[in-house]
Amino acid sequence: MAVLARMLARPSGAIGLGLVALHLLAAVLSPWITPYDPTVIDAALMFAPPGAGHWLGTDQLGRDILTRTLLGGREAILVTLVATPISVAWGGLAGIHLGLAGGRLDDVLMRVVDAVLALPWILKMLLIIVTFGAGVNVLIPTLAFFYGVPVIRVARAATQGVVARDFIAAARARGHSRVAIVWHELLPNVLDALMVEGAMRWSWMLLAFSSLSFLGFGVAPPTPDWGLMIADSRSFMAIAPWAALAPVAALSTLIIGINFAADALAKAVGLDRAQSAPH
Amino acid sequence: MSAALIDIADLSIGFTTRAGALAPVLRHIDLTVRSGETIGIVGESGSGKSTLALAAMGYLKPGLNMLGGTVRFAGQDMFAPGAIVPRIRGGRLALIPQNAGQALTPSMRIGAQIAEALRLHTSLPTAVHDARVIDLLARVRLAAPSELVARYPHELSGGQQQRVAIAMALAGEPEALLLDEPTTGLDVTTQAHVLELLRDLAADTGMAMVYVSHDLGAIARVCASIAVMYAGEIVAEGTARQVLRTPAHPYASGLIAAIPVLRAPRLPRPLEGRPPAPGAAGPGCAFAPRCALAEAACRTSPIGLVPAPGGGHVRCRRAEEAIHLPLRNEGPLRTPHDDNAATSLLRLDDITVRYARPSLWQQITGQHPSAPPVVDGIALDLRPGETIGLVGESGSGKSTILKTIAGLIAPLRGTTSLTGTTLAPRVAQRPVGALRSVQLIFQNPDESLNPRQTIATILAQPLSLYFGLTGAALQARAGELLAQVRLGPHYLERLPSQLSGGEKQRVAIARAFAADPDIVLCDEVTSALDVSVQAAVLALLDALRRARGTACLFVSHDLGVVRALADRVVVLYQGRICETGPAETVYTTPLHPYTEALLGAVLEPDPDYTPRLLAADVIEQGPPARGCPFQNRCHRRLGPECHTVTPPTQDLGDGHLVRCHIPFTRLTETAL
Repeated sequence: MAVLARMLARPSGAIGLGLVALHLLAAVLSPWITPYDPTVIDAALMFAPPGAGHWLGTDQLGRDILTRTLLGGREAILVTLVATPISVAWGGLAGIHLGLAGGRLDDVLMRVVDAVLALPWILKMLLIIVTFGAGVNVLIPTLAFFYGVPVIRVARAATQGVVARDFIAAARARGHSRVAIVWHELLPNVLDALMVEGAMRWSWMLLAFSSLSFLGFGVAPPTPDWGLMIADSRSFMAIAPWAALAPVAALSTLIIGINFAADALAKAVGLDRAQSAPH
Repeated sequence: MSAALIDIADLSIGFTTRAGALAPVLRHIDLTVRSGETIGIVGESGSGKSTLALAAMGYLKPGLNMLGGTVRFAGQDMFAPGAIVPRIRGGRLALIPQNAGQALTPSMRIGAQIAEALRLHTSLPTAVHDARVIDLLARVRLAAPSELVARYPHELSGGQQQRVAIAMALAGEPEALLLDEPTTGLDVTTQAHVLELLRDLAADTGMAMVYVSHDLGAIARVCASIAVMYAGEIVAEGTARQVLRTPAHPYASGLIAAIPVLRAPRLPRPLEGRPPAPGAAGPGCAFAPRCALAEAACRTSPIGLVPAPGGGHVRCRRAEEAIHLPLRNEGPLRTPHDDNAATSLLRLDDITVRYARPSLWQQITGQHPSAPPVVDGIALDLRPGETIGLVGESGSGKSTILKTIAGLIAPLRGTTSLTGTTLAPRVAQRPVGALRSVQLIFQNPDESLNPRQTIATILAQPLSLYFGLTGAALQARAGELLAQVRLGPHYLERLPSQLSGGEKQRVAIARAFAADPDIVLCDEVTSALDVSVQAAVLALLDALRRARGTACLFVSHDLGVVRALADRVVVLYQGRICETGPAETVYTTPLHPYTEALLGAVLEPDPDYTPRLLAADVIEQGPPARGCPFQNRCHRRLGPECHTVTPPTQDLGDGHLVRCHIPFTRLTETAL
């Protein structure tokens, strides 16, 4: 709670958390507050510009863009909100254990991590999706896996900064089990870094999910989805720019909000100062 | 009398707190330093002494603001905007920082760094710079200066780095030197040499010196006059003799009485309480809450500096009585633990540790590193209830031995046994009972207490692990433990960062005693604390240990601290035992040349005390492969056998053993 208060005390934190809260609220409430059916096609209303009936206009099939934009984040937010904690949890635990163990196992596994990180993400994702098909039950584990790999790095680095300290030696000398040392001594000291990393991972995942939709590997039409909406309206940019602008604005405000909030979180927990001298 | 070189008048410096209040760090400081004067500024951490030294250079740490007053150097206002100040800094007025290792540029050769100072602060032609650099290095008594110029800072020892920093400061032929704890962190023998150098420099050059330190012994050696700081004020000033012999401020006499002494086995007198936080001092004397002489008027009305009864000035209403306060703890001498029952509680046998592990390539080719072990052949017998002091300078392997006993480091060979049972080398293989009965207390509580755990959680760790306590029973026991280290139950919900250094170390002690151990291993437990806090922590540790009959292995570089606590002493050099025996015998008649040199280098807060510099001031790169570990520095070296043959152990009875080639009959002759 103290951390939340400190985040809100910064302009970036207040704006970021505000934007994220607004998006979450929209995602939860949109089925009840949207004025139109997002999938009904009305040829008469094709490319209606923003106006009284349709505040943000309509798209090439005459569907209300405000309705589709409000609903268009639901899938992306749901998938990434499930995948993010999984990625932070597994990547974090793996990183903490590697940082604690050190030695040859750490050397070998970190080279594997480097190799996985060296591949372009879109290649890795497409490989899985082409093999196993799209859909939520493939996307969530895939995102959770690939986005957990960089978390290993962060968790390991944060752990290495703590492992050499005397309170870990004290716990070892008392004879605590490895699990107890990870849980009671290490985790509380690494949690801040993991939380900030989780927030960053969330925004990356949202971008990745929307990119996949944009490429046609994510959400299937006619379900409203930002990535899909941007892809559909791309061809009509010259005649109906509002159709593309609305989902772009929605996606960017959410990403910017998350980044602001993550930045404020890092400052609130003192991670940005962690590198400086302890005085 | 010449004009003032450094003239600080009515200087106040402070910062604005989060709540918007003004918190002064320095309050109305007046200080004048004339050419040739040496002034020591002494005080505990947080007293503002370093802020004062930096302010004399016209520098404030970020966040601090001038609240009033002036700082002048040779008539020049050091806080006036303009280009003159940077030219004074480092040239006419030079600073020697606490940690020379961090002040030197790691990627620049020594010669180049000093030449840079010459280029900036002198008008010498570049052609003579090289010769001048060698001159300067020779002047700070560094051996082989012409070879040293090509070295990098990390290739030098701490003492050598500090000398290089001094040489750099001398490059601009300064009129005044500011020294900020210049020997803190150096070994006793190295410190003694550096202090002699500073003392001679002051006498030879007529430079003014402002020496900031918490160490009254070091100040007494170098400075002719002393100013004592407390809570941002100068509370006493005068000549070194006036301040140290007849201190007229209760804080000054309290500081002196808190210093452990070598002469008698007695705990130093603690100075209870803690200084007020900046801005928290009341209207009256800031020291009144901790003062034994304080009366109502002390707390309510401010007091200025008045002439002190013994000479000098003092900020105290009751100076007449204060000069009669005792400067020593008058308590009883410690009676040595004298239970010569044959039962051994902890026994070390031939403990030998080598850090370097053979690499994969060396394992394959069968080549192993041949560097001598860092700890070699340590044998030790700790009896129940006894305290053994392990003394030695940095690199003597003291901490390594403790970690080996605790099972954190596996020895190359040798065994640790507890009440006759041999312990496995590693923690993981030891039975819980053995782990419980041996507890470690670390040097720095900032490192040894988890910053994210409350005190309750910290104390719960051993209690739940060893005794399976939970819930109310756990809470109650944790409260009891805190009470034993004289902290109230309200500390349970605090985080370590909300405690002072002394309080944190008390929590660390409570955590060790929570296991109800038979042995506590203390690793320099007071070296991170202020001297007044140290005295209180030592008294607490000793009382707890006595009440429970816990044996103690006490590691320290501070011979005075060991004298106050130990029944027996083990003197280590380069990971090898030089001398061991009853504390009384070793301290009064040291036999090994190293013990003699160590004891001779210890300083006293006395302007007339002269330390004896016996050991040669050379750096050791590591223990020698053969012969006596002390061979390179020994002032009584016999001949080639010292370099080639491991010295024999001579038994003088009563457990007094000396490892030296010189026959003990001759060792005792000179010792007497």
